[in-house]
Amino acid sequence: MNRSDAEKRLTAVFCDVFDDDSIKISDSTSAADIEDWDSLEHINLISAVENEFGMRFKMKEVSGMKNVGEMLDIICERGK
Amino acid sequence: MKELVFPFNGNDIMRRRKKLRKQLVSDGNIRIKKKIAVLGGSTTDHIISALELFLLNNGIEPEFYQSEFNKFYEDAVFGSEKLDSFRPDVIFIHTTSRNLKYIPDRPDISEDELKKRLDAELSYFRNIWSALEKKHSCPIIQNNFELPLFRQTGNYDGWGLSGHSSYISRMNLLFAYEAVRNNNLFINDINYLSAAAGLVTWHDPEAWYMYKYAMSTAVIPDLAYSVASIIKALFGRNKKVIALDLDNTLWGGVISEDGVGDIELGTETAVGMSFSEFQKFLKGYKDHGVLLTVCSKNDKENALAGLNHPDSILSPEDFVLIKANWENKDKNISDTANELGLLTDSFVFIDDNPAECAIVEEQLPETTVLHLSSTAQTMYELSRSGYFEVISVSGEDIRRSEMYSANAKRTAQQKSFTDYADYLRSLDMKAIIGDFQPILLSRIAQLTNKSNQFNLTTKRYSEAEIKALSCSPGYIRLCGRLIDKFGDNGIVSVVIGRIEQDVLHIDLWLMSCRVLKRDMEFAMLDELVRICCEKGIRKIMGYYYRTPKNNMVAELYGRFGFARISVSENGDSVWVLDTKDYEDQNNVIKVNPD
Repeated sequence: MNRSDAEKRLTAVFCDVFDDDSIKISDSTSAADIEDWDSLEHINLISAVENEFGMRFKMKEVSGMKNVGEMLDIICERGK
Repeated sequence: MKELVFPFNGNDIMRRRKKLRKQLVSDGNIRIKKKIAVLGGSTTDHIISALELFLLNNGIEPEFYQSEFNKFYEDAVFGSEKLDSFRPDVIFIHTTSRNLKYIPDRPDISEDELKKRLDAELSYFRNIWSALEKKHSCPIIQNNFELPLFRQTGNYDGWGLSGHSSYISRMNLLFAYEAVRNNNLFINDINYLSAAAGLVTWHDPEAWYMYKYAMSTAVIPDLAYSVASIIKALFGRNKKVIALDLDNTLWGGVISEDGVGDIELGTETAVGMSFSEFQKFLKGYKDHGVLLTVCSKNDKENALAGLNHPDSILSPEDFVLIKANWENKDKNISDTANELGLLTDSFVFIDDNPAECAIVEEQLPETTVLHLSSTAQTMYELSRSGYFEVISVSGEDIRRSEMYSANAKRTAQQKSFTDYADYLRSLDMKAIIGDFQPILLSRIAQLTNKSNQFNLTTKRYSEAEIKALSCSPGYIRLCGRLIDKFGDNGIVSVVIGRIEQDVLHIDLWLMSCRVLKRDMEFAMLDELVRICCEKGIRKIMGYYYRTPKNNMVAELYGRFGFARISVSENGDSVWVLDTKDYEDQNNVIKVNPD
């Protein structure tokens, strides 16, 4: 999957989940950059991303992804 | 909000839940506030968020208490200060098969041991329910159990003494028996929900390992919607009427073109079978107290010919009103509502014609519209929608349709009188007005939760609260039953007054709208004042709390002869009546004649 397409769709997921249309994501974006991104929202985010891209994260990935860049790597590899 | 009506897109709801919530809380609708305690045997955070959305969408503004992770037993049995001071209106116990403590763990289980395990499991939950009931006397919603996805022993798991599926099925039956005997216990049927979703979709072991969710996050909205359906039914938010189109909705074909002989109904054709099954399904709603009406563009004689078709399961008598004419359907629904004394928001309208559906949706946004594309799809939507969620079956429910039909006969009789008082006298009305009897408690609680229009304070009571109140000396309680020559209306009015020295404060005054303009309210007042005088009560204080639905009683206390003491900006008012010089006002109903 084209990385910039994936990034666009991922941005839309972030905007919905955190209800903030001004969110801009980059490879280095992490939970520290988005105020509401706590462990509970993380669950919601993961489900929404999985649905958007028709894929599942492995358990290790769910807790191991450090930033949006790593998430995009996985999406580009396995997402639809 | 369309997004939150079944069939919904659960993933989309969860993804956009923050935005949906924001829209709901800022839409200006007035909602009743309810406190909901969620005691979980697994994580409940997202369940609560989804539940909040569905309740907000049903006119209920919830406040939640959430037990700490897997502390449902401790919170219930040992209590917690936070839960005690929260004073819940309803408690939801979210347990699942993950919480079963005595499920067989080896193959050589004897019948006797299985029985012991089931007993122990059931007592564990009984302890929870009885402790909660003692402390909180409010309705308890309890999940039953979902079947497992994994079956080590294959089919044996479903019947063997050590089988998990078999154990769970037995537990579900035991829970059902408990709920039948305990009027405060309501089962949230996750066994059905998980089966309907498919166990492969429902279960997500990784969600358990990672987050301690006992189900896939994708089905959380299904679960929450089901709980919300029970809660809104408990607080009187069910729909009351199904208004039905005829051609291609109750039978196949167009009767004015095909003729009554050629419409499709009965077992001859597949299409005929589908409509017969649909009619049978609808008749089941009628038997549970849902009112059926016809709303069809047809000549009345064609409508009646169709309903009198030899294979028609529904007959003209099953409908409380038949509107078969060439008026617009939204007008027919409004007229039906007026004639029945109901509001259009308690209607579900079903029609196969998308254009008719769109017009009604546009003109009556508060009416629920189901577009029938196939009878099977509509039966499924009705099954899952919760519009008519049954929480108990009372004699009143079963006879409701009959009572509304009797009302139509009364209206016909009224037309032959020019003087309204003469008409009222011609009805030969008798009222039985007295204290709450044990056998009536569930009907009384039901009325306090269902009545919206003729309701001065709209205070809702659980059955447990009514029971507690019914033996307290600090109250005067009245419930009234109205009978006339067309039939018995059953319990139609409830009054609860709280005694403070020589003053009575009216906490609740309600009457069913099916006995409007029959002077029953005056009969109730006469009786109330008589009892007050016996007890030396000199003043009666009446309170009117305005809601979007109870405008019709804004001036009731004025008509009763109370003096208005104050009106606040929001329309609430306080009234007082001196009991000393009161003179009886009812002279058309014989009260307690025998």
